Amino acid sequence: MNTALLSIDPVADGDLLWTPLLIIILKVVAIFAIGLLVTMFMVWFERKAIAGLQNRIGPNKAGPWGLLQTLADGIKLFFKEDLIPDRADRFVFKLAPYLAFVPAFLVWSVIPLGGDFSNGKDGLVSWFGHTTRVQLADPPVGILLFMALSSVAVYGIMLAGWSSGSKYPLLGSVRASAQMVSYEAALGLSIATVLLLAGTLSTSGIVANQDGFANWHVVSTGVVPFVIFLLAATAEMNRPPFDLVEAEQELVGGFNTEYSSIRFGLFFLAEFMNTVTMSGIIVTLFWGGPQGLFDIPVIPGAIEGTIWFIAKVLVFLYVYVWFRATLPRYRYDQLMDLGWKILIPASLGWFMLMAVLRLARDEDWNRAVVAVAAAAVIVLCAVLISVAMKVSRANREREGAMF
Amino acid sequence: MELVVFVLAAAMVLVGALGVILRSNPVHAALSLVLTLFGIAVMFVAQEAHFLAAVQVIVYAGAIVVLFLFVIMLLGVDRSEDIRIEPFKVQRPLAAVVGLGVIGLVAASIVASRDAIGGGSGSLDTPTSTGNGDSNIRQIAESVFGDYVVAFEVTSILLVVAVVGTVMLTRRVKSGKDKS
Repeated sequence: MNTALLSIDPVADGDLLWTPLLIIILKVVAIFAIGLLVTMFMVWFERKAIAGLQNRIGPNKAGPWGLLQTLADGIKLFFKEDLIPDRADRFVFKLAPYLAFVPAFLVWSVIPLGGDFSNGKDGLVSWFGHTTRVQLADPPVGILLFMALSSVAVYGIMLAGWSSGSKYPLLGSVRASAQMVSYEAALGLSIATVLLLAGTLSTSGIVANQDGFANWHVVSTGVVPFVIFLLAATAEMNRPPFDLVEAEQELVGGFNTEYSSIRFGLFFLAEFMNTVTMSGIIVTLFWGGPQGLFDIPVIPGAIEGTIWFIAKVLVFLYVYVWFRATLPRYRYDQLMDLGWKILIPASLGWFMLMAVLRLARDEDWNRAVVAVAAAAVIVLCAVLISVAMKVSRANREREGAMF
Repeated sequence: MELVVFVLAAAMVLVGALGVILRSNPVHAALSLVLTLFGIAVMFVAQEAHFLAAVQVIVYAGAIVVLFLFVIMLLGVDRSEDIRIEPFKVQRPLAAVVGLGVIGLVAASIVASRDAIGGGSGSLDTPTSTGNGDSNIRQIAESVFGDYVVAFEVTSILLVVAVVGTVMLTRRVKSGKDKS
């Protein structure tokens, strides 16, 4: 039983001795510390990059290039007064920040942060004579754990808004929960396309499947699921241009209006940590995780993986900052239209297409005929859906609805 | 170890279940339901059914209870209700009868299958843990999409019918109002 519960890490196989236990504890502490540090620098990076994009200087007082600005802000938040509104539901009000923060942290545990996956190696590294992964846990349901955690994160935002006992936070949280639940479907369907090719749910297995650039899932699934995942992930994190949850012109500050002091700090931290972990998940699912394009000379394989991973994650962090600086916010009905009428049908259709192609390969059918027939069916379905939408729009207009 | 996990998870399930029926605030009751569902997920993990545990959290805690909460917030019924007023008189005696019936059925099935659960040799026909992490998921897939594929498809048709029916019912009211 002991080993069964801990079988998520190869280091824990067999009798549990002191060294493996110490390695696991070391990994937990390291990932906790790295997670906090990375989030701190992410906040700085976002402020600095946005400042650059808007022709400002940005934080430049605390530390070199303003690097310690986030630390200063964090310390300030700790010493501010912790207000609880009169009409708040006190228990839920105190619980909500942790519900947002803990899932954000736990996602780190399933992301492969490094390791040598080249030439069919499994990403296993050897520490102090024990084999392990550069990843806290590698459960057989890896990516589903990420889905489960992101669905738990909905509670944090939802309950924060409700328990504040005030109208703007409530509006913000109702928007948030509707948005996150509807985009989770598109998110899940584009993950399913990846799983179809990888044939496994474990994150290290998904990375090991992407050996070489042509096998990176962004190429082998044909870009579309990646674009859908990127959009749906942006909406899932409530980042611009989908940040209606905290639209300050309409809702004061959204779900966290009534929060102050370190409780607000936890929401803030969770939001930025979600950005980092989501970039990590995108890299793991579509861009080969720690798999490199070429061998970096001198540096040993295991560290090389980490370098590649960090480089790829940085690209996506910049993409998210860029989104925020460039794109105006969506209107709520546009957001729901995009989610339900475009992203979900598109991801479902693409998933079916990939499934048919996979079946054609396994059963040795004529690939060209299958591809043409599948494309025809998909175009037909797209036409049918758009006709159905036109008809329903006409019906609504006849009934005199506003939109 | 197994006993400790079981006792903790069972405590979560029971506390949550009691919370659902005893808390007067609907939001607190829904949150207690989440606690129960998490307890069940922990039990699944302890039985090495990792896939079921993940799906339990994604579907029940992540989607269904979120929809409950959504409706509670949207309709603004998040106040305690006076439960002494009884709108539907037969409800309570009927609930008692049905509840006792369910307890009786479950108890009877446990008694009937006592040999298989406790007294047997403890080995099942299909191994649940074979060392290969994916085997769990593969077995579920083989039984859902292989052995019981017809039942699976019929269930999905049932769900689609339910969704379409709901949309039709809500829309018919509106268009009727417009015509009159």
